[in-house]
Amino acid sequence: MAKFDHDDDSLAVIIGSGAGGGTLGNELAQKGIKTVILEAGPRFEIADFVNDEWPSFAQLAWTDMRTTSGTWQIAHDFPNLPAWIVKAVGGTSIHWAGASLRFRDWEFKTRTVYGHVPGANLLDWPISLAELEPYYAKAEFKMGTTGTNGIPRLPGNNNFKVMAAGAARLGYKEVHTGNMSINSQPRDGRGSCQQIGFCFQGCKSGAKWSTLYTEIPKGEATGNLEVREKSMVLRIEHNDAGKVNAVVYIDADGNMRRQKARVVCVACNSLESPRLLLNSASSKFPDGLANSSGQVGRNYMRHTTASVYAAFDRPVHMYRGTTMAGIIRDEGRNDPTRGFVGGYEMETISLGLPFLAAFLKPGGWGRSFTSGVDDFSNMAGMWIIGEDMPQETNRVTLDPVAKDKFGLPVASVHFDDHPNDIAMREHGFRQGEAVYEAVGATRTFRVPPYPSTHNLGTNRMSEKPRDGVVNKFGQSHDIPNLFISDGSQFTTGAGVNPTLTIVTLAIRQADSIAGMMGKNEI
Amino acid sequence: MRLIDRLPRLGRRRFLRGGAGALPAAALLAGGVAVSATRVWGEDAKALKPGSAVTLVRVARDIYPHDRIPDIFYARAVLMLDAAAVSDNTLRDLLEEGVMRLDADARDRFQSPYLEVAGESDRVALLEAISAGAFFKKVHGALTVSFYNQHELWPRFGYEGSSAEYGGYLHRGFDDIDWLPKS
Ligand SMILES: Cc1cc2nc3c(=O)[nH]c(=O)nc-3n(C[C@H](O)[C@H](O)[C@H](O)COP(=O)(O)OP(=O)(O)OC[C@H]3O[C@@H](n4cnc5c(N)ncnc54)[C@H](O)[C@@H]3O)c2cc1C
Ligand code: SF4
Repeated sequence: MAKFDHDDDSLAVIIGSGAGGGTLGNELAQKGIKTVILEAGPRFEIADFVNDEWPSFAQLAWTDMRTTSGTWQIAHDFPNLPAWIVKAVGGTSIHWAGASLRFRDWEFKTRTVYGHVPGANLLDWPISLAELEPYYAKAEFKMGTTGTNGIPRLPGNNNFKVMAAGAARLGYKEVHTGNMSINSQPRDGRGSCQQIGFCFQGCKSGAKWSTLYTEIPKGEATGNLEVREKSMVLRIEHNDAGKVNAVVYIDADGNMRRQKARVVCVACNSLESPRLLLNSASSKFPDGLANSSGQVGRNYMRHTTASVYAAFDRPVHMYRGTTMAGIIRDEGRNDPTRGFVGGYEMETISLGLPFLAAFLKPGGWGRSFTSGVDDFSNMAGMWIIGEDMPQETNRVTLDPVAKDKFGLPVASVHFDDHPNDIAMREHGFRQGEAVYEAVGATRTFRVPPYPSTHNLGTNRMSEKPRDGVVNKFGQSHDIPNLFISDGSQFTTGAGVNPTLTIVTLAIRQADSIAGMMGKNEI
Repeated sequence: MRLIDRLPRLGRRRFLRGGAGALPAAALLAGGVAVSATRVWGEDAKALKPGSAVTLVRVARDIYPHDRIPDIFYARAVLMLDAAAVSDNTLRDLLEEGVMRLDADARDRFQSPYLEVAGESDRVALLEAISAGAFFKKVHGALTVSFYNQHELWPRFGYEGSSAEYGGYLHRGFDDIDWLPKS
């Protein structure tokens, strides 16, 4: 395994080892580019994962302080946990459920297709689906996505069968077990899904793609990639010419270190990435790095989400088997006659008893609440995930008071639902309830959003430097050797789960970085 | 469909001993007899006054009433809160003062301490009146995790817990639903 010198200024330094950073690290290493990944969290292995929701949360989740404001319900229900993301090597690709959907053509040009939506800061992406298609194909091949590359879909579990039966009665047409980056048959040195049912807690069979045991070891095997765990980056530094040249971090032993770099790629997920750029402000860049547009931290998106659970007179055992292998796609279209622009998906979801008690009705108690929990084994569940509107005022800023243990201001997340988000969520609730009522649900539960699992948009891509932070390659408009490599570069969020697109962009970005390095442009 | 046995598979004695880590010794002596045992939970409290702990067990059941769940599970959750209060005086004071206030409210409205207010709806009304305060929020928040997170409780709700060591549900009923209407 490679070990690079702190004074080696020929390196690509990637901050964060999740879906974006872990993929980029492997891709660069495969091209012979010497790369260091600095990851704030520790390195676990598959054997360390536990099938137990709270202990797993304690093991993996990012629980360092964050603050919230705004009218979104999260600020009330979970004021210091705006997002549910992982702090460990592999990042949130350990937690993720594996749903891997391509954006649709029009989801790259929503300003054009939706027109002016009051209050929304819509912008077309500077890239099209056609440009991304070859990279989507590479990502699906890499991740072993079911329903692509001749890979069969997963078998449906009980939770899926309930949803599918309801969907059929409502006349929904596009209903299946999804495009999941979970092996339905052995592939790429990993076994097939054992229907364990703890996909969110780290897949103990390794059937689910995670950078932890796919991209990262493959990159390391080239001798070009070094991953440093427990290495929290505090700031990015630059030279007089305004190019970034080093990052300062706290290493696993608690010592402050300075790693030189030729290129810096930020992949800390959409709350920490803008925080890091803002915390890196200098006399040359007083508003933070790459922030001449003032857009760093703005346009924060989290998808319009909600869940519908339904109780039946007979058992379902929704927690048995793959958590999210089930989808109804018919509501994914853009059809403003429904009262909102953009679309949403309905995907199966299940929680174990401990998390169901925490999320069914946050703050709930008394018999109306406990009678719901009593229905646990007879419940089916689905998640609604749709496009939300980017708003300039939905943003990550530096908290004026709260500091982390290194004395740096923590991320403060402000979010207000847009009227379009509210209308879409209401529609999703109604349709979800209808699905279950069609097969005899005796009670349905409208469950508000969980802490954000999809965090997007806070360093967005734009054609023009004044509208966003990075260009179509994720390269910052202001600093040519500074890249953003995670979901924060999304211009808009589309109505689908984001990770396939994050991985796709990372593969493409590796090509661009290698090309620019080869031509000595960076 | 493969259904699960909702009552603990273990015999009563092993069941009690199995949870010995979290279980009050007095409960073992009392043989887990629920009625008289509510009194003894209190004596296992390390930080709280015995009476306060017993009241909190009642509060816990009023917050999360599950009629099929015996008191011992509520008591364990309260004793976890008690354990946290051993090294945290602020928490201990919050809990003691909260119970005092609840008893005072109960005497005002129903002429008896909280524990002896007979009607559940009356006790719930007392809790509702303080539900925005720090005491209620703390107790509720702690219970959400510590009550529902007890593994021995899970089968009673039809939850099977960890599955990887059994090879997942691939051969154990992930798709065995048999009652759905034909479409
Ligand atoms: C329960 C759950 C289910 C999900 N299911 C799906 C799904 O089915 N489909 C889908 O598309 N998406 C899903 N997601 C979302 C998916 O996990 C994320 O979109 C994806 O992991 C984001 O990738 P990323 O690289 O941007 O960030 P992450 O994967 O979060 O990685 C960021 C990494 O950066 C590290 N880091 C942060 N700050 C610093 C710093 N200053 N220094 C060093 N390191 C730092 C973090 O510790 C973390 O490891 C799910 C998420 C959750 C929580
Ligand atoms: S259900 Fe499949 S993908 Fe999910 S954790 Fe289990 S083996 Fe992994």
